[in-house]
Amino acid sequence: MTDVVTTTGLTKKYGRRTALTDCTIGIPAGHVVGLVGPNGAGKSTLLQLACGLLAPTAGAIEVLGRVPASGSARVGFVAQDTPVYSGLTVGEHLRLGAHLNPGWDASIAEGRIAELGLDPVQRAGKLSGGQRAQLALTLAIAKRPELLLLDEPVAALDPLARREFLQGLMAYAAENGTSVVMSSHLVADLERVCDYLIVLVGSRVRIAGEVDELLGTHHRLSGARRDPATLGPGRHVVAASHTDVQSTMVVRSTAPIDDPSWSVDGIDLEDLVLAYMSEAGANGRDRVLEKR
Amino acid sequence: MIEFHLDARSGVAPYLQLIQQVRHAMRLGLLAEGDRLPTVKDVVARVAINPNTVLKAYRELEYEGLVQPRPGLGTFVTRTLGGDDDSRAAHEPLRRSLTEWLQRAREAGLDDEDVEALLLSTFRDFSEERAGRRG
Repeated sequence: MTDVVTTTGLTKKYGRRTALTDCTIGIPAGHVVGLVGPNGAGKSTLLQLACGLLAPTAGAIEVLGRVPASGSARVGFVAQDTPVYSGLTVGEHLRLGAHLNPGWDASIAEGRIAELGLDPVQRAGKLSGGQRAQLALTLAIAKRPELLLLDEPVAALDPLARREFLQGLMAYAAENGTSVVMSSHLVADLERVCDYLIVLVGSRVRIAGEVDELLGTHHRLSGARRDPATLGPGRHVVAASHTDVQSTMVVRSTAPIDDPSWSVDGIDLEDLVLAYMSEAGANGRDRVLEKR
Repeated sequence: MIEFHLDARSGVAPYLQLIQQVRHAMRLGLLAEGDRLPTVKDVVARVAINPNTVLKAYRELEYEGLVQPRPGLGTFVTRTLGGDDDSRAAHEPLRRSLTEWLQRAREAGLDDEDVEALLLSTFRDFSEERAGRRG
């Protein structure tokens, strides 16, 4: 299967601050991809590079086989906080969309607006947060893009509006086979809708892969306290914590771990993400622990 | 037509939850041979899950010989679970006597956990005994 997004050594600096460091990934088509990480990790930067709003400082990015250009008809982008023009009505947004996009599908746009119960003469500034997000999504998908990029689309929404947004998004993806990349720090939502995950921490990609494969190759080990370095080859310790008698670790290993001195459990997506988020500071913490 | 739901805290993989719900509906007679399963789009529009999760569940059910996709029409039930009409007719009286038993358990002071533990351990003993006799 072809990749919808390919990056090699992709780096973006704002002045002296590095927002994205040496990012090399390939995102296969036909997935709903979750881009997860703490605030300031580089999620928005990566999405804006992918839709051509930013140019890389170093490295390269290709989206649908081309260097991304802002305003591409093949890519739909919904920026953070789902911006709309508050002075324009819902109907005027649709007309604007039709005017700006050659491949505009008016039946999708109008169908969704009717389904959502939005009044076409309502000003966007008067819509609720959930309705505004749905309008922004409608504008993005009525372009019939091959790839949808969504930056924190549901972060500001209440649980019901969040669920309704994801229902609409999944229905569209199912019907059209559109690839979706969405950033979020709500791992519970990502767990439902994503089948591919990218964890970004401190401007670097910590891990990327299919969710099933990630869950199958990560294990939680607990047992008597010991040095993580003694685990053996092929086993990458993602996170480790120790008490005076016990060690608990999250370990990545493609081969099953059948060491009887450990109790081995599976791990859910949320714990997996948290393990990678804490990995950044883990070395420092280990050193503190060894001093004691 | 059945409707799916998802328990995010159950620890059971979402596609397995869908499979369990189909099998359960078959056992209860809610799905009979020839019935159509909801389309992938219907399921994701309701449950807000990844379309591939639904496809995986349906593929697994097809592999088990329980459903058959017909291109352009949908996915149809080809076999039922839980026996024939006779055994299903026995469900109601069995349910009644079980309800009476639960009533007696409650009167004897058992709480939910006690009841569940007793049911499970009795069921396990019963199954083992039968398996032992057969072997």
